[in-house]
Amino acid sequence: MAMPADKKQKSLTLEGKDLARVRKQLLAKYPPKVARKRDKQIVVNRVAPDGTVPEIQSNVRTVPGLISQRGCCYAGCKGVVLGPTRDIINITHGPVGCGFYSWLTRRNQTDPDSTPDGHNFMTYCFTTDMQDEQIIFGGEKKLKQAIQEAYDNFKPKAIAVFSTCPVGLIGDDVHSVCREMKEKLGINVFGFSCEGYKGVSQSAGHHIANNGIFTHVVGTDDTVRPGAFKINMLGEYNIGGDAFEIERLFEACGLTLISTFSGNSSIDKFANSHTADLNLIMCHRSINYVAEMMEKKFGLPWIKVNFIGAEATAKSLRKIAQYFGDEALMARTEAVIAAELPEVQKAAAEIRPRTEGKRAMLFVGGSRAHHYQELFNELGMVTLSAGYEFAHRDDYEGRRVLPAIKVDADSRNIEELEVHPDDTRYRPRISADRISELQSQGIPFADYEGMMPEMAQGSLVIDDISQHETEKMIAMFKPDIFCAGIKEKYVIQKHGIPMKQLHSYDYGGPYAGFKGAVNFYQEIDRMVGSRVWSYLKAPWHKNPELAAKYGFEG
Amino acid sequence: MRKVAIYGKGGIGKSTTTQNTVAGLAEMGKKVMVVGCDPKADSTRLLLGGLAQRTVLDTLREEGEDVELDDVRKLGFGGTLCTESGGPEPGVGCAGRGIITSINLLEQLGAYAGSQELDYVFYDVLGDVVCGGFAMPIREGKAQEIYIVVSGEMMAMYAANNICKGIVKFAEAGGVRLGGLICNSRKVDNEMEMIGAFAKKLGTQMIHFVPRDNMVQRAEINRKTVIDFDPSHSQADEYRALARKIDGNEMKVIPTPLTIDDLEKLLIEYGIAA
Repeated sequence: MAMPADKKQKSLTLEGKDLARVRKQLLAKYPPKVARKRDKQIVVNRVAPDGTVPEIQSNVRTVPGLISQRGCCYAGCKGVVLGPTRDIINITHGPVGCGFYSWLTRRNQTDPDSTPDGHNFMTYCFTTDMQDEQIIFGGEKKLKQAIQEAYDNFKPKAIAVFSTCPVGLIGDDVHSVCREMKEKLGINVFGFSCEGYKGVSQSAGHHIANNGIFTHVVGTDDTVRPGAFKINMLGEYNIGGDAFEIERLFEACGLTLISTFSGNSSIDKFANSHTADLNLIMCHRSINYVAEMMEKKFGLPWIKVNFIGAEATAKSLRKIAQYFGDEALMARTEAVIAAELPEVQKAAAEIRPRTEGKRAMLFVGGSRAHHYQELFNELGMVTLSAGYEFAHRDDYEGRRVLPAIKVDADSRNIEELEVHPDDTRYRPRISADRISELQSQGIPFADYEGMMPEMAQGSLVIDDISQHETEKMIAMFKPDIFCAGIKEKYVIQKHGIPMKQLHSYDYGGPYAGFKGAVNFYQEIDRMVGSRVWSYLKAPWHKNPELAAKYGFEG
Repeated sequence: MRKVAIYGKGGIGKSTTTQNTVAGLAEMGKKVMVVGCDPKADSTRLLLGGLAQRTVLDTLREEGEDVELDDVRKLGFGGTLCTESGGPEPGVGCAGRGIITSINLLEQLGAYAGSQELDYVFYDVLGDVVCGGFAMPIREGKAQEIYIVVSGEMMAMYAANNICKGIVKFAEAGGVRLGGLICNSRKVDNEMEMIGAFAKKLGTQMIHFVPRDNMVQRAEINRKTVIDFDPSHSQADEYRALARKIDGNEMKVIPTPLTIDDLEKLLIEYGIAA
């Protein structure tokens, strides 16, 4: 599938630097065994005419001792996938820190007014606050009490329980507690065995969250809501209000959004998301499992979209209209794009002269490092190097490599649900003929081509970058901007490099859609143009030391 | 003060042997504290004349932080001081963590302080060393010498060998040593010779061979040690002998655990071939 390793080929250069030497320098300090492993995770991009790219090792254990960007399984399950849903009470079963430090750190926004009951529990932090006593004698009793108390105080529609590391060690059966409380309270109560130590990164938690939401929620309400063009938006988490901007565009085009997984979401919407006619995937890594399972069980297909970047947004909207094949929808979509684009183009034209040729590095997420390259392209900027924290080979090289991915023991530890077509509710939304017709028009179904085929030849792709490698890259290339997360932010800034967080957007956003693109242009213009970094060195670091003597010395 | 831990396969007779031996030491005028490290909290029953003990963990749970030493320690036969760690019901929580918490609390409360003038502390530990918690009594600063209760039955010897592996680990880090094997006879053929040879291969000694006698069972039903129930019985003398041997024991070693092959060879040699 993938091209053979690039050893025999002539080495490429990046900004005049020989990439073979750059790789060598990145690995120089590592002991031989570590260097051997990291070597497979640092790849010089080459795109063959047929779109294939070199193989990159990913979704493997981080070498202990390397400072990694990665998070834990619990973070992926609770923090990423289910955290943004406003009306499920998410109880962290564990000591208090896990719940507290995963609370609202991603700046997921939500609009409680869009559901009749106005429920919004995201502003609360729920945890069982396990103590020594629960570790020794078991925490099931306290968990039951917590569920009861949450129910009594808030009367939510659903309660979800998230297991932290100690829960797995002492063997509390959260699922049986949830079943019991579901029966008792008459609301949906479900649990996740997302103990932090599972898997190699937060990616395991995404999968567990997907399985849980599919098993316990999706398909529990068959109400068919009105709307001619019904879609779900998957892998959009409404950071900084991204989902609001995307929703605005859907509405303007005349698309009916049944559910988002899970930005600005509500449990009722998950429950009948299977009645939609098309799933759109933004973040392929965190949510493709739900899309795959919905397709198998209910028959709605999925396509990959990207609403980061004005061009990408327009392209994605056109893809959706084309899928439904409705003339009026297509016309409306074109009208929306025509109405929105001028303002974006105006902003780009004004800003681009200042950003043209600036250089970016992106090491973040499992999709974001790919998507944001669109916006940098629109600013005339170059992505020198990029990589994901927790993605798998298919996110780098495209889903074409799926059959070739070796499933290791760490991945096998994460449950893979067996899904079959539903007896009564399976309904293929479009015919096989129509699918191949659309495919010939350039709409690939159930496919993601990955980040690397869209990156330049000779850019450097680094999986699960370590802090050491980050600092080396900065020293070698001095990029004009570096994008990662909060853990990396201040180290990067200390090197005098502007740093943009692409998990939480720092204090900004939205960056999705057309209005978001303008926001991003302005933010990047401000950051790469700022002179503040030139003042980072104290005057005595630049100028000769001042000499003086005491008065009494004469 | 000598700190002694008793390990061995589940059901081998650790608690019975410990309490009977402690009774012997008490009779000799030694001041002994027994710390039961079994969630079932039955390590001091014979010394106390019944399960009358509030466990350390239950007390901690009910009283909160306001716990006194006398809340968790009771006076038993011959002036012995008895405490039970306690722990969760079977199948929930983490008993190992319970033992860690309990032993730390006893230390905090000064149960081992010089002012207590103890000659011995005995830790009676549940079964095999299945996790870190059950190794707590042999970690640094806790028990210094270990006796393993064993019989000529194959699984008991497997367990003893396994416990020796644990001792090696902690012997290197801390100061714990193996004091010997106590053979609690099951009337297996050639038992005494086999355990003697096993001890030798482990680099230690069979410190005493406790013959099987129904008197032990009878005393237990009456919630007493043999020394307490029938001081003149020959079995009482066996425990007195064991107590004296432990009191005078100078042989404390880092054991050399056997490979499974060697262990099986030993069993064939003494058990079947004999």
